[in-house]
Amino acid sequence: MEQLYLSSSPHIRSEQTTDKVMRAVIYALLPACAVSVYLFGLPALSILVLCAAGCVATEAVCRKLMGRPLSLTDGSAALTGILLALNLPPSVPWWLALLGAAVAIAVGKQVYGGLGYNPFNPALVARVVLLISFPVQMTSWSAPAPLGSGLDAVTSATPLGEMKTAVMLTGKLPEAMQQGIGSYFVGHMAGSLGEVSALALLVGAAYLFWKRILTWHTPLSYLGTVVVVSGVFWLIDPARYPSPLFHLVTGGLILGAFFMATDMVTSPVTGKGMVIFGVGCGLLTVLIRLFGGYPEGVSFAILLMNATTPLIDRYTKPKKFGFVAPQG
Amino acid sequence: MKLKSFPGGLHPPDNKAWSAHKPIETCALPGELVIPLAQHIGAPAEPCVAKGDQVRKGQVIGQAKGFVSVPVHASTSGEVIAVEPRPHPYGRDLPAVVIRPDGQDAWVEGLEEADPEALTADEIRDRIRAAGIVGMGGATFPTHVKLSPPAEKPIDTVIVNGVECEPYLTADHRLMLEQTQKVLDGVAILKKVLGVQKALVGIEANKPDAIAAMQKACAGRGIEVVPLEVKYPQGAEKQLILAAVGREVPSGGLPMDVGVVVQNVGTAAAIDDAVRLGRPLIERIATVTGPCVNEPKNLRVRIGTALAHLVEACGGLKSDPAKIIMGGPMMGAAQLSLAVPATRGTSGLLLLGEQDVSLETEGPCIRCGRCVQVCPARILPTTIAAYARLDLFDEAEQFCALDCIECGCCTYICPSALALVQAIRYAKGAIMARKRKI
Repeated sequence: MEQLYLSSSPHIRSEQTTDKVMRAVIYALLPACAVSVYLFGLPALSILVLCAAGCVATEAVCRKLMGRPLSLTDGSAALTGILLALNLPPSVPWWLALLGAAVAIAVGKQVYGGLGYNPFNPALVARVVLLISFPVQMTSWSAPAPLGSGLDAVTSATPLGEMKTAVMLTGKLPEAMQQGIGSYFVGHMAGSLGEVSALALLVGAAYLFWKRILTWHTPLSYLGTVVVVSGVFWLIDPARYPSPLFHLVTGGLILGAFFMATDMVTSPVTGKGMVIFGVGCGLLTVLIRLFGGYPEGVSFAILLMNATTPLIDRYTKPKKFGFVAPQG
Repeated sequence: MKLKSFPGGLHPPDNKAWSAHKPIETCALPGELVIPLAQHIGAPAEPCVAKGDQVRKGQVIGQAKGFVSVPVHASTSGEVIAVEPRPHPYGRDLPAVVIRPDGQDAWVEGLEEADPEALTADEIRDRIRAAGIVGMGGATFPTHVKLSPPAEKPIDTVIVNGVECEPYLTADHRLMLEQTQKVLDGVAILKKVLGVQKALVGIEANKPDAIAAMQKACAGRGIEVVPLEVKYPQGAEKQLILAAVGREVPSGGLPMDVGVVVQNVGTAAAIDDAVRLGRPLIERIATVTGPCVNEPKNLRVRIGTALAHLVEACGGLKSDPAKIIMGGPMMGAAQLSLAVPATRGTSGLLLLGEQDVSLETEGPCIRCGRCVQVCPARILPTTIAAYARLDLFDEAEQFCALDCIECGCCTYICPSALALVQAIRYAKGAIMARKRKI
């Protein structure tokens, strides 16, 4: 016998590893990436590549500066880059994409110690930093101009932006808005790279459910809350508040509910905690969309709920086996 | 119908097909038997033979010391060639009686048969203790102690554990198939000694043939077979009780706190041998298996047989093992060599190759929560492990480290390859050591 290993039990492990989880999430985002390139052309591709490469490079530099082992193989930096890209408008300049990548990894992740220690979703931290610092570039949207359609990119408002403007000016929803839901669903609306096709995102999410990487808790409670809360407002005044279906397919809700709020590092660990987290995200999203200063509230909602994760974890600790209530 | 179960747990690839269909074979007598005096939880037995003595099969060679202790017996007849420390499955040299068999395999005189119906509960307990019977699922807790609950803890149910949820192991499976009557006779004795009417046999649903055989033989005996969901650790004592009768043993308590006594099927069979035939526990059934074994088998093994001899009985090594495990892969103990002997707690010998041993380096916790979801004790493994790494034992204790049953589900499932249960074990050791000092 050449070499014997001695260690305490268990002696076998499951096949699932962090690297595989990260890679699977990247695969799950590929349909949405492909649709964004189809709809917005080469600028979308370059944003995706710049963000992913920028994140990986920033991660390498940070680890080097901190004197920690490199951690590129875990795929988490590339994943953050892709998620960031999917959260950017297709017309952002190249330097903004790179700046976002650097902020995501350096400020959003590595200052806390790297993977597993960041309290906030790094991609969303970067998006919000860019949104606040560069409001013009971050809110210049354009309508999709599918490859081969011969169309040029035309500046256009997002459905949520249109809604907000109309409601603020007239107190009423724009006339044509409610008819577009079907085409929004497949991506015919202005928006960030990853927002535009709910369908492509759902295909990826289905893959993650099948791989048992996603559980229903966060996405379902998030979307369910959005439907219920926005439905209440819609029933009160359908002329002023859009329908729940409109909320579901526009903006970054699907991307947020399946791929951002479910980030393991920044969300609670128990099923009960995830449901509370999802309900909070849903409530905040609708409130910001309907009453906040910004047309879209998904990023802010998730980041605010990230901050409550330690608290949620504390109060949703499972009751241990054989728990006996203290006497007296 | 939904099978009975418990919350948490997981199902690793069970790899039982390698040996599940193999009838029990008797392993040949080895040239030397090394019988450790510590084969049970509690005080080790004290040797009562010396070098040069002739002993016979079943003869006491080590006396029980105190109540929580059992005697140790010679597994065959022959000459005592040494009473000295020898390599022990615990990982160090411990006192053992070494016997060179004479080949006669002659029983000691004075082993009396008895009719369990005619014996009192106390007489049955005495016979069980004299036979050196311990929990054969691997815990090796002296059985007579478990069968002596204090008067203020009335017992109404005996649960017999035929779950065998550890991957690879099939010894209990074969026992239930091939010695159905003996197991059930043992259960009947358990019912009598505890004075209970209700007896259940819990079996994982991945052994339908054993369930069918046991159900058929149970007819009219007041024993009920309970098929259980295929999930590890379904056979952990407290999880089994919850699954079978819906009672949750309070934290820090014992099964008798909820009126239950649990015994392994192997123990039940050994009890029948002890009470009916007067025979001590000198052999057991063990599964010898794994990718490095030429021909995996279920063997009837004399206590004290070197593991190397068991491997030979299975056609030798197919390839060099990278890990020698006594017991199953989830809770078994890694061994230093094949020179250690099989003991009363040896339910299996598993030889894993280089490619089967997990050698990933630990990554950071990504808070995926899988350890929390699978933990059958419903505690927070990753949190306790994090405190344990920082030697913050007060915090580890507050987060219920002592409730950990060390099943290993958390370490198995962790995608970052964190040694969670190992860290918790470390914290438990430190907390217990501190409690002893106070």
